[in-house]
Amino acid sequence: MKISRRHLLILLPAAAVAWKHVLAGEPEESPNYRKSDHWWGMLIDIPKCIGCGNCVRACQAENDVPDGFFRTWVERYERTDTHLETPEVISPDGGKEGFPSAAEGTGGEYFFVPKMCNHCSDSPCTQVCPVGATFVTPDGVVLIDQKYCLGCAYCVQACPYGCRYIHPTKKVADKCTLCYHRITKGLTTACCEACPTGARQLADLKDPKDPIHEFLKTHSVQVLKPQMATGAKAFYYGLDGSVR
Amino acid sequence: MSGLRDAGHLFRFLGLFVIAFLVFLGVRRYVVPKTFGEYGHYRGAAIDEIAARPVKFAGHQACEQCHTDIADTKAKGAHAHVNCEACHGALAQHANDPTSMTPVKPDSAVLCARCHTASAAKPKGFPQVDPAEHSNGVPCATCHNPHSPVIGSDAGASTAPGGAK
Amino acid sequence: MSGVEGYMYPNEVTLYWSVLIVLYPYITGLVAGAFILASLVRVFKVRAVAPTYRLALLTALSFLLVAPLPLQFHLGHPERSPEMYFTPHSSSAMAMFGYVYLWYLMAVLVFEIWLDYRREIVLLSQSSKGLLRLIYKIMTLGSNNISPRSLQIDERVGWIVTLVGIPSAFLLHGYVGFIFGSIKANPWWSSPLMPVVFIFSAMVSGIAAVMLIYMATTKLRKLTIDIRCVDTIAMYMFYIFVIDFTLEMLDLVHRIYEADESFRSLNFMVHTKLYFSQIVLQIAVGTLIPLVLLFLTQVVKFAEIVRKRIYVLSSSLILISVFAMRWNVVIGGQLFSKSFLGYTTYKMDLVTKEGFLVALSLEILPLLFLWALVKLLPPWPESASHETALGH
Repeated sequence: MKISRRHLLILLPAAAVAWKHVLAGEPEESPNYRKSDHWWGMLIDIPKCIGCGNCVRACQAENDVPDGFFRTWVERYERTDTHLETPEVISPDGGKEGFPSAAEGTGGEYFFVPKMCNHCSDSPCTQVCPVGATFVTPDGVVLIDQKYCLGCAYCVQACPYGCRYIHPTKKVADKCTLCYHRITKGLTTACCEACPTGARQLADLKDPKDPIHEFLKTHSVQVLKPQMATGAKAFYYGLDGSVR
Repeated sequence: MSGLRDAGHLFRFLGLFVIAFLVFLGVRRYVVPKTFGEYGHYRGAAIDEIAARPVKFAGHQACEQCHTDIADTKAKGAHAHVNCEACHGALAQHANDPTSMTPVKPDSAVLCARCHTASAAKPKGFPQVDPAEHSNGVPCATCHNPHSPVIGSDAGASTAPGGAK
Repeated sequence: MSGVEGYMYPNEVTLYWSVLIVLYPYITGLVAGAFILASLVRVFKVRAVAPTYRLALLTALSFLLVAPLPLQFHLGHPERSPEMYFTPHSSSAMAMFGYVYLWYLMAVLVFEIWLDYRREIVLLSQSSKGLLRLIYKIMTLGSNNISPRSLQIDERVGWIVTLVGIPSAFLLHGYVGFIFGSIKANPWWSSPLMPVVFIFSAMVSGIAAVMLIYMATTKLRKLTIDIRCVDTIAMYMFYIFVIDFTLEMLDLVHRIYEADESFRSLNFMVHTKLYFSQIVLQIAVGTLIPLVLLFLTQVVKFAEIVRKRIYVLSSSLILISVFAMRWNVVIGGQLFSKSFLGYTTYKMDLVTKEGFLVALSLEILPLLFLWALVKLLPPWPESASHETALGH
């Protein structure tokens, strides 16, 4: 995570405040966190991703993600002569243990694409929930109220990105929460924390001083499946046209 | 009047509906969670419940508060932007109470290979080697300081157990 | 990953909507179709099918009582389903279910049956003994008024209920079509035609079911089947089926012609994973054969016995075809990846909560309910009271 000294001066006090709560053993929302001050998103920098799978493992550890299901995963695409029409994609166990080595000289060109919940501002999943168990928070994070969810799986069907699943033991819907329990305490998400190359970075679209927000305004970025008009907030830099 | 009398049974049927509706209203008031509708069509308390989940990764700022020597070494090296827990795993428990658990030093032979094993799939500029060719099975940490991995860049610093000063 | 060909998003490999979700629209479809057949008598005054009027209503009720069960077995937390009544989300088609179901059950079906049977209920409450007497007494709601004037009022009100019941039946089943048709994420489902196709195929299946039940029960009671009745039913079934087939073919042709980004993947899926269930069962055996057979009965004067055989065969094939259609929509919509790069497999369990045995039991249960209802409220045309209700 690129942090200048100036930003460290801003972040350290915030971390100290959050830290006090972590030390106290009773994680609570930071007293100075106001939902209306934030509008969360994520930047995913494709050229930086090395497919190490750290993010997938970190997410699983942080959020007790059950085996066989993924709150985030990494895909590997191969550039071939026809990859725009028919891409070759793999994601062995979601990329959790990285990817098999591709031998040098086989002529292959590859890139990695981390995927996650896009925390859509016009989310089709919250639209279809029959009881209001999934929703967009005032600070732009799509969450699931697992005490209220019926487990009907309508939201799972409605998500164009395949980021939702039904938890095998809790029998309710589950998905990436943008580590809401961390970002409300001034921390970053587990996947961003674990990423060694800065390919994943949290973005606060309401914070003019957020360097990622700045990056989004000064570089060409894309979202997945823009034709679905979901208002996705996971922005990809360097996204290839073949990415599904 | 007699018309109404002959329709009496219809009113009884309607009565069933009215009673059911009133019972429904009563139960609803009791059953619907109090915070429902606070921010939108959902249980407002859910947001705080989710925000209160336990944190497993402490975040590098927490590590750097105590492990200042390592932090300094790392900030000058090639791994400046690799956060502590990216290699050391989730350590909020340790940061919370350092004596409660001692983090296990990662096995560099396994750990480093995850990112640095050469693959045509990785970005070209990224440092990568074939572990077998490169070191013949010798663990990476033998020559490379994980906190400042470029050989010779960490003059003076060590890979000693990062005990807090 | 077992059963996966090509690439699927990791969370897509498991199917979340099982055979029970195939069963639910099938059952509500039978309800809607049976009701439409009954409304042919009440509202459209098609006298010929009067012998099936009460049977159609009881059939609709039997299936409607079972309808919520597949959903309850499917839900991860069925104990929370009352939330759909207390906090329904107005933007969700599924949230409609609770209210539409309750409306249709109480304000349409139960109300209409009660109005039509009220005279018998009152008489039976006076003539039976023991527990049955209590049941009938409760059903009278305490009113013993069966004067001609009150029965006339029942007749009038019943007509209105049936009239309201027709769009209600369309809503009961159409919203299910909309549940699928409104999902932009899934190109196999997303279509404005979906609710319409669901409704028309529902009508065909419901009519077929009542025809079969009528013919079976008449045979069991060792009576003669009213040939004019089944001829008329078959005629309506044929014409509605033609409309249904046209709509389904329109969807297919439109897809093939536009060939959008999903087409290649879906086309491959239909020709491989859904070959038996769609091309063989739904289209060839389940639609083309009955259409041809029924068409022949409309233009050629076959002997009665031949017609009856054709009707039984066609109705059975139609029931299979409509089930296959639901299967192809629900299961088919989950077999392909939304990346359009791969396919998975549906492994239907045998004995689990959402397995084959539960599905089979839920298919049979309505027939048991029907048996009980027929005992409680005999629908047979020979009973004089039936004529009173519809005679004038």
